Amino acid sequence: MSTANAQSAAFVRREMLAEQEPPLSERGVIKWMRENLFSGPLNTLLTILGLAAVFVVINLALPWLLHSVWNANSVAECRAIIAERYGEGAHGACWAVIRERWPQFLYGFYPSSLYWRPLVAFLLLFVALAPVLFAHLPRKMLWFSMAYPAVAFWMLWGGSIWVPVMVMAGFAIGWFAYRVLLPVSGAILASIAAVLAPVIWWLFLSGAVAGALQSVLPIAIQSVSSDKFGGFVLSITIGLCGIAFSLPMGIVLALGRRSDMLLVKALSVGFIEFIRGVPLITLLFTASLLLNYFLPPGSNFDIILRVIIMVTLFSAAYIAEVIRGGLAALPRGQYEAADALGLDYWRAQRLVIMPQALKISIPGIVSSFIGLFKDTTLVIFVGLLDPLKGITDAVRASIDWKGVYWEPYIFVGAIFFAICFSMSRYSMYLENKLKRDNR
Amino acid sequence: MAIVTEAPKAGFRLSMLIYDTRYRSITIQIVVLLLFMAGAAWLVDNTVRNLQALGKDFNFSFLWNRAGYDINQRLVEYTNDSTHGRALLIGLLNTLLVAAMGCVTATIIGVFVGVLRLSKNWLVARLMTVYVEVFRNVPVLLWILIIYAIFTEVMPAPNAFRGEAATSSMVLFDSFAFTNRYAAAPEPLFSRSLGNIDIGIFLISIDLLAIIAAITGGILVNRAIKAHATRVQEATGVRPVTWWKSLLVLFGPLLVVLFALGFHLGYPELRGFNFVGGTLISNSLMALWLALSVYTGAFIAEAVRAGILAISHGQSEAAFALGLRPGRTMNLVILPQALRVIIPPLISQYLNLTKNSSLAIAVGYLDLRGTLGGITLNQTGRELECVLLMMLIYLALSLLISAAMNVYNNSVRLKER
Amino acid sequence: MTKSVFLGTVAAAGLCAGFASAATLDDVKARGELNCGVTTGLVGFAAPDANGNWSGFDVDVCKAVAAAVLGDATKVKYVPTTGQTRFTALASGEIDLLARNTTWTFSRDTDLKFTFVGVNYYDGQGFMVRKDLGVTSAKELEGATVCIQTGTTTELNLADFFKTNNLSYIPVAIETNAEGEQQYLAGACDTYTTDASGLASTRAALADPENHVILPEIISKEPLGPLVRHGDDQWADIARWTLNALIAAEEYGITSANIDELAKGTENPEINRMLGNEGDLGAMVGLDAQWAYRAIKASGNFGEIFAANIGESTPIGLARGLNAQWTQGGLLYSPPFR
Repeated sequence: MSTANAQSAAFVRREMLAEQEPPLSERGVIKWMRENLFSGPLNTLLTILGLAAVFVVINLALPWLLHSVWNANSVAECRAIIAERYGEGAHGACWAVIRERWPQFLYGFYPSSLYWRPLVAFLLLFVALAPVLFAHLPRKMLWFSMAYPAVAFWMLWGGSIWVPVMVMAGFAIGWFAYRVLLPVSGAILASIAAVLAPVIWWLFLSGAVAGALQSVLPIAIQSVSSDKFGGFVLSITIGLCGIAFSLPMGIVLALGRRSDMLLVKALSVGFIEFIRGVPLITLLFTASLLLNYFLPPGSNFDIILRVIIMVTLFSAAYIAEVIRGGLAALPRGQYEAADALGLDYWRAQRLVIMPQALKISIPGIVSSFIGLFKDTTLVIFVGLLDPLKGITDAVRASIDWKGVYWEPYIFVGAIFFAICFSMSRYSMYLENKLKRDNR
Repeated sequence: MAIVTEAPKAGFRLSMLIYDTRYRSITIQIVVLLLFMAGAAWLVDNTVRNLQALGKDFNFSFLWNRAGYDINQRLVEYTNDSTHGRALLIGLLNTLLVAAMGCVTATIIGVFVGVLRLSKNWLVARLMTVYVEVFRNVPVLLWILIIYAIFTEVMPAPNAFRGEAATSSMVLFDSFAFTNRYAAAPEPLFSRSLGNIDIGIFLISIDLLAIIAAITGGILVNRAIKAHATRVQEATGVRPVTWWKSLLVLFGPLLVVLFALGFHLGYPELRGFNFVGGTLISNSLMALWLALSVYTGAFIAEAVRAGILAISHGQSEAAFALGLRPGRTMNLVILPQALRVIIPPLISQYLNLTKNSSLAIAVGYLDLRGTLGGITLNQTGRELECVLLMMLIYLALSLLISAAMNVYNNSVRLKER
Repeated sequence: MTKSVFLGTVAAAGLCAGFASAATLDDVKARGELNCGVTTGLVGFAAPDANGNWSGFDVDVCKAVAAAVLGDATKVKYVPTTGQTRFTALASGEIDLLARNTTWTFSRDTDLKFTFVGVNYYDGQGFMVRKDLGVTSAKELEGATVCIQTGTTTELNLADFFKTNNLSYIPVAIETNAEGEQQYLAGACDTYTTDASGLASTRAALADPENHVILPEIISKEPLGPLVRHGDDQWADIARWTLNALIAAEEYGITSANIDELAKGTENPEINRMLGNEGDLGAMVGLDAQWAYRAIKASGNFGEIFAANIGESTPIGLARGLNAQWTQGGLLYSPPFR
């Protein structure tokens, strides 16, 4: 640029102006607030309403929370402490009830010396789930995952180790029968044998063998009967059993629903729609009131087991729909490719379709587990002590804690929230990951 | 693919039932059918034998016996002299009432929250996220109990409205009272009532029919007026002014009917222990309704959000390019398209809400589960009949709702030509 | 993996499944445990403490039966039942004995096919109101809101009472006693109605019992007692006579303190017969001679059980009233042990 030009026009500035701060309304907190909170009349109104809502909630809850009492032996004592510390008429939370009774909320009436057992079972669950959830872990860990149900059963109910071992042995027998018969008699007979042999084993032999082994090599831990189950141990047990047992059933139902065979399809659809059409509470009623009519006269077993059976049927219908969604999402080419390779139906399902469909379905399965887990609170209506109402009522029935109302609900609600929220976040993370994978 | 080998003409061998794909599916179906029938027969046989052993029979005649208990929330006439069957009807109507009200409010909450969650307003978007996550991840039973507890603990007792030194007062020109038992509201009364028609199961008020007829008539005529206006507009390019005609036909007949019937409001007043003379809406109904609405609303909000996000960005950009403001873009462009994505999850949320209404017993609201599956079951000891009947009714309800919603879904679905 | 779990449980179910036959006594002996149905929690009658140990008036009946049959009062599995599940649990054989303050009525005895073995508490339905309402009689409750537990006989009694007195009321259905209390205290109902014993215990546990009164009207008869299934008379006899032994023990002055001494032999032949020193009453019901001794030893005689759980020295604070021995002007009257 020539200097002559610049000098000739007096109005042309010669030196660069120093960079100025943006105006006050366009920077920092104010800009952010203007853009994010007060960008228009509607937004301003919403912001004010939001602030008002937050204020109301805090105004109600904060003093109550600030006046918390952790050390007391009864509600009356709590109230006395609050009145003494914060003046007459002050309201405060009495967390002392949680402090004193938290084991009951978590473990129900499980013997207190054995609290470690449900805890171990719960922690081992993560070990068992790890290889399923994270693909980079060694595949050998899957063996533990397969053995986990037996381990968990033994940890929770105790008793002789041979009972769960013998149950597991049934599967080994089935697999063995399949392997031995496969070369001799063909796939179909082998499959039939693989189903029949374990059933015969379980029904007629395993009990005796377990008894014999127990007398030879007694390995047993203290057994805990299921009437001691309560609180979150009960919820988690029912929820996990429900979801785990319902998976295979759900897969079968989903395949049945997509089957070409009219009858199979009709039965699957009928079952799924029936279960999905009635509230869980009626199924629980069936478990507690009607199952005795439907089973052979005289047979009678544990209410928890009956509830688990009904919950399994219930969640199987929902899982079936989730998996059906997964199957429908697979591109048609996958089925055709499997056919082109000459795979028969079950091989195609096992090697090509299911691995992909299940992977897509995991988020759906997790969210139906969340739903199921929340629904386990309904078992109170058949007399089981769920954490939300059962244990809370039991705690409130004691004279010391009569009148404690909000604290147990908040405590139980917070635990439910923590569990369900982390699971839903996990399922969202998974969904995002899967989306990227498919791209 | 095309080379289909003809099956060998050799005679039919038994093993072909398993190994020949043409017969295999039939074999499997027959086996499945046999197994199913065997299972069903086993269940029925067990049931019959168990009933015999208990000395019970299977019949529904108890539905015609006197119920003997009272229900405080009822839509049609019921006293403790009515039959168990009628108690069932009351319960069913109560279930339908709370389900219908819940579906409406849950949808409203869900749409608002779902839209607001995507709002640019930082605070509001965060608050809505908190709402959705908190309500979704905690059992609905807890919300029912907590909201009911809030109603009972925070609202004043009717006593507080009494006397000179009343600590609470009625709102809206002394016509509404919110107590910890119920909300008392004015009830519509007709001084020249036309009476009721008895249609066998319950009475239908002719007044109500007249009002409905007036409103429907008004709407139909209004439609005709609009259609006529559109025709004029198409023919001449000028749309005639119709708003005053619409106003007249919409409200005129209604006002005439109301006046003819002698419509007036009966205000609740505190007499004795309770308010009398108005409509009392029990807190158990309101708590259940509110809890189900906010719980299901959180799920619907998620569906709405997903639906909106599924609409491609180009749609809103196109709308902005046309000069539409954000509010109208949402109303006219995004939501109508998102609706197609939203409706299928909405159906299942409606079904869930209806099924969750069976938790009513936790707040003492006597719905189907409370009457038929609760008190009737207990007083008669007929659990098999009661539970089966209850399941059937819920099943029928679910199927009806999903059928109706599917019809709607088909009507809004993108019609591909 | 998951398939295995499912089948495994079915198998486990098969293993655990117990099979009930006609002879309940043999089942209980084989099981080594008495399955006793109780409430899910009503202080004084049956409630679990923080460690899950059950105690209460009804629980002691279970204990006495277990002691008589199995020789050990701790061999009881308490099955919490709700108002709805109790009868099914008994009918299906899930429990052997239901001791859940259940009213003995005609239809339950006949239509529902149960055998009530006696009455362990004579109760009646009453009303509790706040004193400041100024109500002195249940007949003044016109238009009141009444809290009532659903699924009980009280619901029907209430309807009948208000009907016969030509009064109107607003029922508020509640599920458990705890909820009823909550509602009543919050003023969500003007009066709470249930069995008078329940009202007394509820009132006793309030922060300000002096501000609440129980109205004088008792509107129903509620004989509460343990019950068993129809069709097993031997088992019904055992339960009936265990209860009678507790009642008779109080009448004859047998207490848990002096029972060991009395068991060595006394002047009173009836005590001797009961405690197994004379005759063979035990064999007649299929038990050994010491059955009644163990039943009484378990938690004492009827009076001791009453005093320990719901008597005047406990927070429940119930007077004996109708539940005194017939010699004291009450209704307790055990048939002779002969």
